[in-house]
Amino acid sequence: MLKTDVVIVGAGAVGCAIARELSKYHVDVVVVDKRDDVGGDASKSNSGIICSGYDAYPDTLESKLIVAANPMFDKLAAELEFPFIRCGALLPAFTDEQYEKLPSIKETAFKNHVYDIEYLSREQILAIEPELNPEVKGGLLIPRESIIDPFVYVQALAENAYENGVKFLLNTEVLDIKTEDGQIKSVETSAGTIECNRVVNAAALHCDDIAAMVGKADFHVEARRGQIYILDKNTSCKVNHIVFPIPTKVTKGKLMTPTTHGNMLVGPTAEDLDNKEDRSTTAEGLESIYEDVRRMIPNVNVRDSITQYSGLRPNRKPEGLHVDVYEDLPGFVNLSGVRSTGVSVSPAMAKYVVEKMKEMGWEMNLKEDFNPIRKGIPCFREMSNEEREAIIKENPLYGTIVCRCETVTEGEIVAAINRPLGARTVDAVKRRVRAGMGRCQGGFCGPKVLEILARELNVPTGEINKNLNGSYMVVGKNK
Amino acid sequence: MYNINCDVAIVGGGPAGLSAAVAAKKEGAERVLVIERDESIGGILQQCIHPGFGLSYFKEELTGPEYAGRFAEEAEELGVEFLLNSMVLEVNEKEGNVVCVNKEYGMTCINAGSIVLAMGCRERTRANIMTPGARPAGVYTAGAAQRLVNRQNELVGKKVVILGSGDIGMIMARRMTLEGAQVLAVIEIMDFLAGLTRNKVQCLDDFGIPLYLSHTITKIHGYQRVEGISFAQVDERKKPIPGTEQFIECDTLLLSVGLIPENELTRQTGIAISPVTNGPKVNQYMQTSAEKVFACGNVVHVNDLVDNVSTESLKAGKYAAQYAMNKLAATVKTVENVPGENVRYLCPQSLSISEENEKASLYFRVLHPESNVTIIAKSGDKVLAKKKALRVNPGEMEHIDFNTAEVEGDNVTVSVLKEV
Repeated sequence: MLKTDVVIVGAGAVGCAIARELSKYHVDVVVVDKRDDVGGDASKSNSGIICSGYDAYPDTLESKLIVAANPMFDKLAAELEFPFIRCGALLPAFTDEQYEKLPSIKETAFKNHVYDIEYLSREQILAIEPELNPEVKGGLLIPRESIIDPFVYVQALAENAYENGVKFLLNTEVLDIKTEDGQIKSVETSAGTIECNRVVNAAALHCDDIAAMVGKADFHVEARRGQIYILDKNTSCKVNHIVFPIPTKVTKGKLMTPTTHGNMLVGPTAEDLDNKEDRSTTAEGLESIYEDVRRMIPNVNVRDSITQYSGLRPNRKPEGLHVDVYEDLPGFVNLSGVRSTGVSVSPAMAKYVVEKMKEMGWEMNLKEDFNPIRKGIPCFREMSNEEREAIIKENPLYGTIVCRCETVTEGEIVAAINRPLGARTVDAVKRRVRAGMGRCQGGFCGPKVLEILARELNVPTGEINKNLNGSYMVVGKNK
Repeated sequence: MYNINCDVAIVGGGPAGLSAAVAAKKEGAERVLVIERDESIGGILQQCIHPGFGLSYFKEELTGPEYAGRFAEEAEELGVEFLLNSMVLEVNEKEGNVVCVNKEYGMTCINAGSIVLAMGCRERTRANIMTPGARPAGVYTAGAAQRLVNRQNELVGKKVVILGSGDIGMIMARRMTLEGAQVLAVIEIMDFLAGLTRNKVQCLDDFGIPLYLSHTITKIHGYQRVEGISFAQVDERKKPIPGTEQFIECDTLLLSVGLIPENELTRQTGIAISPVTNGPKVNQYMQTSAEKVFACGNVVHVNDLVDNVSTESLKAGKYAAQYAMNKLAATVKTVENVPGENVRYLCPQSLSISEENEKASLYFRVLHPESNVTIIAKSGDKVLAKKKALRVNPGEMEHIDFNTAEVEGDNVTVSVLKEV
């Protein structure tokens, strides 16, 4: 039987950030996730934006964590080598009504201590964002709004946590949490029992189910679906900043932003669903994105879309971000209401949760030998020809291009498979090194990636999944 | 960086590149080098193990590998050189070189007198046509499935629906059936077939596979693996008609919804691209807007028959060799080729008229199917050529030939007129 100090349920941005934070201490940690890969659910299908907190409800835990987390990303990006760009965001106003809302938006930003928000005139805003509808009247610039590769961010947190001793159990579902006299005794999973006294619930969309296992679900979680387009790097109409509409009550609205890899992201919708598994895209949803965004950016060309997908963000009822601890169940940290800002709050959330643990009297002794550095996979596409020469000499697999759209070499794919918490599925390879992330969407490289995975993992191709268990790529050999 | 010098460098060793190489060598170019990203030459023909190739070019029916083999043998006999496992990353027109990556030589620079682009095309994906629904495993482009079945010996599914009536889709309908899979439907949004009629007869009708014209998929179902598709009839605006939706249980969806010339290198080089073909604009020498760079095959415009690719690529190779040897005829006048009635595009897009009288062939596709038509090429009021056709289809490429000396005006117009 597996024995540990702390079980973290959920390997998304928040779960992995907490795991890495805990790996600085003499604490045994196991992260359990029912999916095939780290990266979570909402964390890997969001808009890849690190919020500044300018529009958060002031004086809430969420606003405090977002504002605190934002400046942490520069150091984290340097330590963990994930793509992170401080591109800034624009809030253009196209009508008088929208223009009149700008002062109150600025006031909210100030209440949240986001003081670097600035007014831009029509001329100034068009000068830095020429694709905006020329009817723009002016707007706000929020320089610290940033973009991130959310896949690599979570992988990097997880890999670094792993290097510092955290264990990960993937494809493993938590079935029950056993307690006795207000003490957690074990976590029952689809892979067996884990004996432990402490559990962190970072299960996002399913955190109500986990909380209910210990009788602490005084809330429930619904799914809010967000459909998204990713546009080709070659699309003619591109923006330089995150372009937000003036927000409404329900959502920040449908935006357009560059990604850290030079694509354009357009979306998301905000649709409340009555089930937690429907990640479908719909013709109506996609059409509504286009209708809304082209009012801000008239030339946006969704015909240049190379993929459309949807993510489910947790929608807590009643709403609000919560980190709850209990006197009658001191081994349980209950996170709920981690919504679309989950990636943005994650590093501050990790610090906050660890402080809560200390307050509860959990024994937390710092390690001397925590290594904060995680090296990324050398990226052929971004190298100079001289660097390419050198790496091919060192590793000839870097001389074979497998994914032609994103110029990904066999060397990178093999590294993605063979590193700690390596890729086991076709999508896991894609999210690590971008093979299949380009305009042909794996049409050319998919069959080769399948072969490489089978070869490196020494299993038949029939056992290789696209992502989840059961998402097999091929049914067997020919007759 | 490792350096290689040659007269003609050809990017791509599929049918277009091989034909161009043969022609360049025959024209007298000394060193002709084909750069191929795969471990073997032949391009996509390597996975096209069905017959039906070469009927017009060789006057006999060959499989894809056999067809490619004919050109490969000839190229080898003529002394064409091959650089395999090599992906071209840059085409530098001014410097007259091509930079590629190869695991043995590392980064390699190929200096050439002229360059022929023959990278072929790629398949449109589910995202390109915005098919809604879930994103489970089991959705493949027909060509990816063809590679898995024919080159990797992998069966991709057992109960298959095919979206799009393109040729690869229909060929795969037959191929999957022969491998024991059930092909339940081919669904086409247009009211006519996208591919060749002969493929419908040989691949669908002969196996009793139903074809649904004017239908499209409205939703893909499934969480881990495809579990089924919903499809519906479409109206004139190609929108699904409410109430006509049906469900088919299946584990696999293959997409045969069109091909896109693969012009990343062409764009990067700054060569002018036609918005209609998505390929470089060329003249009758298959020369692009960068005079040292020629192009041929599916990178220029998507062909339905490889025989046409060979014919066109032989020209590219021949004239690229002439250019490298400084023998290409000097242009006196440039004439634009303009699509007329019921013509989607013309290829080549322009003619470089020289002192010599040359035969020009303009290839084109019609916009919509028509029967009993007259195809006319005119320059000003002068009729350059005229021919009749019983039937024209968007899925089948047509051409019309004339002599360049006949051209009088600043442009040539080709029209397909319904006979009254």
